[in-house]
Amino acid sequence: MSAGKGALPVHAGAGGAEPLPIDFAALSRRLESERGRGLWRSLEELANTPEFRAALQGEPSAKNLEDLELQGFDRRDLFRFLGVSFALAGMTACTRQPAEKIVPYVRQPEEIIPGGRPLYFATAMTVSGLATGLLVESQQGRPTKAEGNPLHPASLGATDLYSQAALYSLYDPDRSQTLEYLDEIRPWISFLGAAREIADAERGNGGAGLRILTETVSSPTLASQLAGLQRAFPAARWVQWEPAGRDNARAGARLAFGRYVDVVPDLTAADVILSLGCDFLACGPGHLSLTRQFSARRRPESGAMNRLYVVETVPTVTGANADHRLPLSSARMEAFARELAAAVRQGGASTGDPFLRALLEDLRAHRGRSAVLVGDEQPPAVHAVGHAVNEALGNFGRTLRTTEPAEAFPTDQLAALRSLCADMDAGRVTTLVILGGNPVFTAPADFRFTERLQKVGRRVHLSLEKDETSAACHWHIPEAHFLESWSDARAFDGTASIVQPLIAPLYDGRTAHEVVAALSGSPETSAYDLVRGYWQTRMGGDFEGSWRRALHDGVIAGTASAQVRVQANGAEPPGLASGPGGTGGAAGGGDLDIVFRPDPRIHDGRFANNGWLQELPHPITRLTWDNAALLSLSTASRLGIAKEDILELSLAGRTVRAAAWVEPGLPDATVLVHFGYGRTRAGRLGSGTGFNAYALRSSDALWSGSGLAIRKVGGKHPLACTQLHQNMEGREIVRAANLADYAKDPGFVHEREKEPAKALSLYPEYPSHTHAWGMAIDLSACVGCNACVLACQAENNIPVVGKDQVRRGREMHWLRIDHYYGGEPANPAHFFQPVPCMHCENAPCELVCPVGATVHSAEGLNDMVYNRCVGTKYCQNNCPYKVRRFNFYHYSTQFRAPSLKMLANPDVTVRWRGVMEKCTYCVQRLNAGKIAAEVDNRPLRDGEVTPACAQACPAEAIVFGDLADPDSRVRRLRQNPRAYSLLAELGTRPRTTYLGQVRNPNPALAKPLPTTFPPTMLDDETGQK
Amino acid sequence: MQIFHRSTNTISRVSLFGAVFFLGLLGWLFYELEASPYTTQQTVAREQPVQFSHAHHVGAIGIDCRYCHTSVEKAAFAGIPPTKTCMNCHSQIWAQSPYLEPVRESFRTGRSLEWIRVHDLPDFAYFNHAIHVNKGIGCETCHGRVDQMPLVRQAARLQMAWCLECHRNPEKFIRPREEVFTMGYVPPVDQATLGPELVRRYHLRDRAVLESCSTCHR
Repeated sequence: MSAGKGALPVHAGAGGAEPLPIDFAALSRRLESERGRGLWRSLEELANTPEFRAALQGEPSAKNLEDLELQGFDRRDLFRFLGVSFALAGMTACTRQPAEKIVPYVRQPEEIIPGGRPLYFATAMTVSGLATGLLVESQQGRPTKAEGNPLHPASLGATDLYSQAALYSLYDPDRSQTLEYLDEIRPWISFLGAAREIADAERGNGGAGLRILTETVSSPTLASQLAGLQRAFPAARWVQWEPAGRDNARAGARLAFGRYVDVVPDLTAADVILSLGCDFLACGPGHLSLTRQFSARRRPESGAMNRLYVVETVPTVTGANADHRLPLSSARMEAFARELAAAVRQGGASTGDPFLRALLEDLRAHRGRSAVLVGDEQPPAVHAVGHAVNEALGNFGRTLRTTEPAEAFPTDQLAALRSLCADMDAGRVTTLVILGGNPVFTAPADFRFTERLQKVGRRVHLSLEKDETSAACHWHIPEAHFLESWSDARAFDGTASIVQPLIAPLYDGRTAHEVVAALSGSPETSAYDLVRGYWQTRMGGDFEGSWRRALHDGVIAGTASAQVRVQANGAEPPGLASGPGGTGGAAGGGDLDIVFRPDPRIHDGRFANNGWLQELPHPITRLTWDNAALLSLSTASRLGIAKEDILELSLAGRTVRAAAWVEPGLPDATVLVHFGYGRTRAGRLGSGTGFNAYALRSSDALWSGSGLAIRKVGGKHPLACTQLHQNMEGREIVRAANLADYAKDPGFVHEREKEPAKALSLYPEYPSHTHAWGMAIDLSACVGCNACVLACQAENNIPVVGKDQVRRGREMHWLRIDHYYGGEPANPAHFFQPVPCMHCENAPCELVCPVGATVHSAEGLNDMVYNRCVGTKYCQNNCPYKVRRFNFYHYSTQFRAPSLKMLANPDVTVRWRGVMEKCTYCVQRLNAGKIAAEVDNRPLRDGEVTPACAQACPAEAIVFGDLADPDSRVRRLRQNPRAYSLLAELGTRPRTTYLGQVRNPNPALAKPLPTTFPPTMLDDETGQK
Repeated sequence: MQIFHRSTNTISRVSLFGAVFFLGLLGWLFYELEASPYTTQQTVAREQPVQFSHAHHVGAIGIDCRYCHTSVEKAAFAGIPPTKTCMNCHSQIWAQSPYLEPVRESFRTGRSLEWIRVHDLPDFAYFNHAIHVNKGIGCETCHGRVDQMPLVRQAARLQMAWCLECHRNPEKFIRPREEVFTMGYVPPVDQATLGPELVRRYHLRDRAVLESCSTCHR
């Protein structure tokens, strides 16, 4: 609780990207009067203040000089150092290579070729209990890269952020490395002794004092072990707690169907999709497969497009992809859902609200071909209403099916945790075994979990990190990472996978299986034996064959949950309708609503020490390394709050300090906070970032509450936001059209384009060779989920630079996703555009390099030769796409941590200080594919080489291939009328091209899409237009 | 007033003129040093933990390169044999030889032999054996007459200019695939006619492709 208070350091921002002061009130007035229409990158850009224009034209390197001044340099010193560095620079070439050793195996294992091709093993990662199947690359016994498993229903070959970043967590040097009892290092055997003592002590009264606290469990083996433990200790209790849990979805299913069921959508058949706060494109059960299904129907040339309506409180990736988005405060969500349900049931009734009327007509016209999806954060009544609407529309059995729950033991987790806390308070708990999770940090504030935990006599915690909960427990057991352990898990549709290790535990970590086995009196049983033993009884027939098949495929055939036929209760869900939103109304004296959401990057806080996820920009706000209290533009201007102001949030007597951020698209009088930040014991990277929103989160306002009061306390907390980097300066960068306009003119992207004739170039054409590599990115399919950014980082040894460097615009991501707003700031349209290197045929960077460090390859790649680069940065200045990244410092020193060294991809150079770098189209994969094809004496097949970004993409929006091959997919996409080049007017002739976005709004509501830039900008830039 | 002696004129002329020569000499010295075995380690025989003689095993007995370097045809790295490969024979012959004690010890204890790398390319060059061997570049072309080396030494300079000699003119070095592992290969017909023919037959890429930076550097 106290963690959040005063935790934010205050200092004056000196960075290159701090938000500029905006007069929000004036901006709102001006937008009302005239120019709300257009694309913009940030409110600063939209406001177009003199400060913004000055910052645009200012000398960016002036900021960098501040670094030197801080170190006490003056001009003369600078020249001295310059001279010495220059003289010494040549000397670095004079090194002799030290003698290296080759250490072969004594007995070489089969299939391992040192320095040869990597091996891939199927495994699965679970977040909140549900598994995503992975194929993990192993380079000589160390896992280096996670790819999706095409056979797994939750992956289909794609990956999400968490599975990409899992490897960073595995090698995290701050992981817990020792088993400890009261901070003393102990061997595992001494815990086994303690486990026996616990079991002996608890057996007397049937385990009445024994409690097991886990995260959501879908592992069949662990569930059966826990059931066994329950039989041995009939009075013991097993409690599950997931801070970003699905209690509401479970309760909603129970309300509607009378029992727990999972609702599994199939969006391939859905023409109209309504999301009631459901961010199904970015998180939640089966989001990767839902993205695949959704995006498959967003390409206008491949059949009828679907239409997405999103009614939501917080801006999400799904909302950003909506054809129609309605921001509603959390209190009004339930009323909206009920009104919709009533109208659907009554048939003809039409309401006054044009949005609802159009939505209703669309849903009615697509009976059995629509789907209403409800977010896990919505109250149970909204879920029940959603099920009723789906039932009324006949969607069950067509676009949705109801299955047995994938979780092993669906339950009301909040109630279970509440009774656990009550038991602890009453002294009824003598032993608490916490298997994973961090309840001290994540439990609702009103449960006073930490305080009550102290009343438990024996506290055991198994976790990857020595975190807040470990510190409050007697025993801390380091957990084995999922890449180090045997286990099993179920996907959203119930399909089971075996989790197999890629590497032996780095720090003698243990799994929950082993801890439960120790408590059950079989301490010698390994997790492997337990998992194998469990499936031995279930696979039947040729077990050895089925087991090997399951390990190889990554899925166990025929384990998907059975479909259950249940009838949704059409009646109004009773009781819960009381109060605004039904999610609590903790009166706290304020007049604002607060909304809690898990952070899209570090989730509930478990990934707080993961540098890749910390530095990944938030998909909407583009903040890195922090969370913030997000407010809408009009609320901020009403309260006189500017970006980065430190606020004190008070809710029901609890207070926390947070930095403010203004985010367009939030409903008014709503403050959005992401929980997961504000960790105090996360490790070197995670501790002290952001503020702890859990400190405000209570059990009666788990997802939203009212009565929030905020107060400016003075001072600023600098935030690192990449949205403020790289401005579009009035150019047509992202292009979009409505379906009707596309039908009239499929080549709408070229409307205002002025590409110069090829002959205009002074330079001769490059002769064509066997291959001409190119990439096409379909903006209609891209949902902006960020998976490609992390996949690129993992594949290409891209370092983490830290918050201060991000604020100076020095983030190193080779592939970035540009995010544009369009239209009114109250409810803007969102556009995402992944931007890798364009690999221009007339590359401006190549012409200006004085040392030939960036040159054209015969197959059209824009090669970067790190060894030649002397860091003049001319190429970066001359790149119109701003895709070049410079190593200002020795960022790759992260690889000096012995464990992080294992993370590096041996096929890619680790770059050093003073060197420029950028996207290579994953040339290491390209070369490997070409060599494999040539060794086999066959042509390279289309799709054989996939860059990391394209491989990770759940939407299949990125296609890479050979433009010289007339049948390649990329060639066909390039001939698509929607294809356009970025800044074609410059004549750079990029090899990376885009396909313009087509949206499918309801004609009754359609507004022209924002395509032009606010004229204000152009007025000031050129004095005309 | 004459401050400097008249000879100063000559001295200044000579030193100005001489500076050019001096700098040229420095440059030449530097280049020679860079290309010399001192830097490149060319022709320097390395002491190894076991006195293994390629001259004996390859030259005298005639064991094929691929018996030990198993992955040369399918992977970037040719492969250094595991101790097990040595023991295939040496558990039977020379089984008591004191020279082979390190090998037996490794096999007994499970600790690897630590060989000194002789051909050590810098880490930013990504050489791949498989593609070279499959395109008809003989072992001998880069590694020299290994069958005559009691201790292996680096036969070539292994600097980029040396790589490019072949990447620019592969027809001068290419040989039939059947002859790749032959030591002391002599072209059956004139290389000037055979070379271009093989370049065509094996579909070698254009010179521009072979010369592109990303072919070897990533």
